[in-house]
Amino acid sequence: MPRRLEGRSAGSALLAAPVLWVGVFFLALLLAMPHAGPVFHWAFPAVEPPVYDRASFLALFLSQAGIVAAASLAASVTGIGLAIFVTRPAGRDFRALVEALATVGQTFPPAAVLALAVPAFGFGARPTIAALYLYGLLPIIGNTVAGLEAVPAAVRDAAAGMGMSARQVLWRIELPLAAPVILAGVRVSVTIGIGTATIGSTVGALTLGTPIFDGLAVDKMPLVLQGAVLVALFAIVTDMAFARLEAWLRPPGAAR
Amino acid sequence: MIELDRVSKSYGGRAVVAELSLRVAAGSFCVLLGPSGCGKSTTLRMINRLVPHDAGAIRINGEDVTALPADALRRRIGYAIQSSGLFPHWRVEDNIATVPRLLGWSRQRMQDRVTELLELFRLDPETYRSKYPHELSGGEQQRVGVARALAADPDLLLMDEPFGAVDPITRDALQGELARIHKATGKTILFVTHDIEEALRLATDIAILDRGRLAQFAAPLELLEQPASDFVRDFVGTQGIGLKLLSVRKVAERVRRGETAEGEPVPLDATLSEALSLMTRRHAVALPVADAAGAVIGAITLADLVR
Repeated sequence: MPRRLEGRSAGSALLAAPVLWVGVFFLALLLAMPHAGPVFHWAFPAVEPPVYDRASFLALFLSQAGIVAAASLAASVTGIGLAIFVTRPAGRDFRALVEALATVGQTFPPAAVLALAVPAFGFGARPTIAALYLYGLLPIIGNTVAGLEAVPAAVRDAAAGMGMSARQVLWRIELPLAAPVILAGVRVSVTIGIGTATIGSTVGALTLGTPIFDGLAVDKMPLVLQGAVLVALFAIVTDMAFARLEAWLRPPGAAR
Repeated sequence: MIELDRVSKSYGGRAVVAELSLRVAAGSFCVLLGPSGCGKSTTLRMINRLVPHDAGAIRINGEDVTALPADALRRRIGYAIQSSGLFPHWRVEDNIATVPRLLGWSRQRMQDRVTELLELFRLDPETYRSKYPHELSGGEQQRVGVARALAADPDLLLMDEPFGAVDPITRDALQGELARIHKATGKTILFVTHDIEEALRLATDIAILDRGRLAQFAAPLELLEQPASDFVRDFVGTQGIGLKLLSVRKVAERVRRGETAEGEPVPLDATLSEALSLMTRRHAVALPVADAAGAVIGAITLADLVR
């Protein structure tokens, strides 16, 4: 197999990357938040306790990360798989159907999906994962189909004409060339998922949204603030990490 | 030898190729020529089964093309197309070694073959082997595309308008190189084009297609002198026919051995049109003629060109 450009992920380049510093900042904030009581007490003297204390922020983050990862992984596997299937000769007829279903999945408000999922899955993380999964399919299917179709016809023709099997054309030519576009779809899906997962707290999933909803319920602004800042940073760090992965995955000769 | 025996192909009831029979001798340079939509590309693509034929038989060296699995068949046939179709994420060396890798050659053998082919196309191996396609000019991409088609040393090379997308000067150089490589390797080449000048320059045989049917199959000179139908006459073009005739005849046919003339000699295997061009530029009515070794063996005059 052709080799990747050497020296791309050198340690020095990683140290200079903003994603590393924003990530460190996020982690520090996650761990420091319980000790920020005096600050919040000073800003909001009437609120007691000044910092969310029913679970550690680290535990909330890890739980939310697990939920998003499970949903995104499942959505990526199904989404990429379906997109490959509908761009093959055998699956071409199903393309309109699959794209329509994915669009329906996206137009459903996540809160509605959650409400519908609770009777099926009960309370907790599982209905949240189901909602995020449905919600995250569309960008992945859409981008994978677009990425595969952007492979120039001449390249595909040459690959087949050289004697590559359909499987070899897919794995050696189409997927590597489409990888950055596919990854961009996963990136959108995951970033939306992080934001949307917070709503899962309303059906009992533990996420950084839990302090937000608890705070809203009892009118304690500091709790809302703590949850919101951490969720936003979580999404930003993840998005930056994906941007880096995309640049690294981009085939050297692909369109920029 | 390639043999097409009453081969037909239709799409949605419309015949694209109809009862086409053709015999291409081993080692010949056969050009499939015709206007767009005449079925020439389809014909080419039926030979390596990128397009399945509906009826008739296609045989290579007596063996039916359907006897092998399609992938195995294609690995034995070189294939070069317009705009090169190079894999943009692979280096030049990986592109050229596509078929050898599919065939499981050793790393050393692939490397040696890449070096050999880059040298054949006068691309410095050390500079070019690790470049990516987007770092090459159009002409270089096309050379690598043809090198890739030759990589596993196939006896047969299929080329679908390989020089269709490059500028005229580069195309001229590429045609010259292809002619040289055909002469040096003795491969059988099937070449699709709609450009009559390109066909006259390269072909040993030309098959003119008209709406999926064979209009004429002949050597370039015969095509010009004895067109089989009005279609062929029109396609070859009545304008400039004299110049086209000069372009398919060689100086060797008209040389006056033993005589001599002033100036730089013209080689024996130059075309008469090249000789005429030289005479015009030098304001001379005669040129000395040299053999392959460069020794002057005779002369050619303006009158000889029109004899």
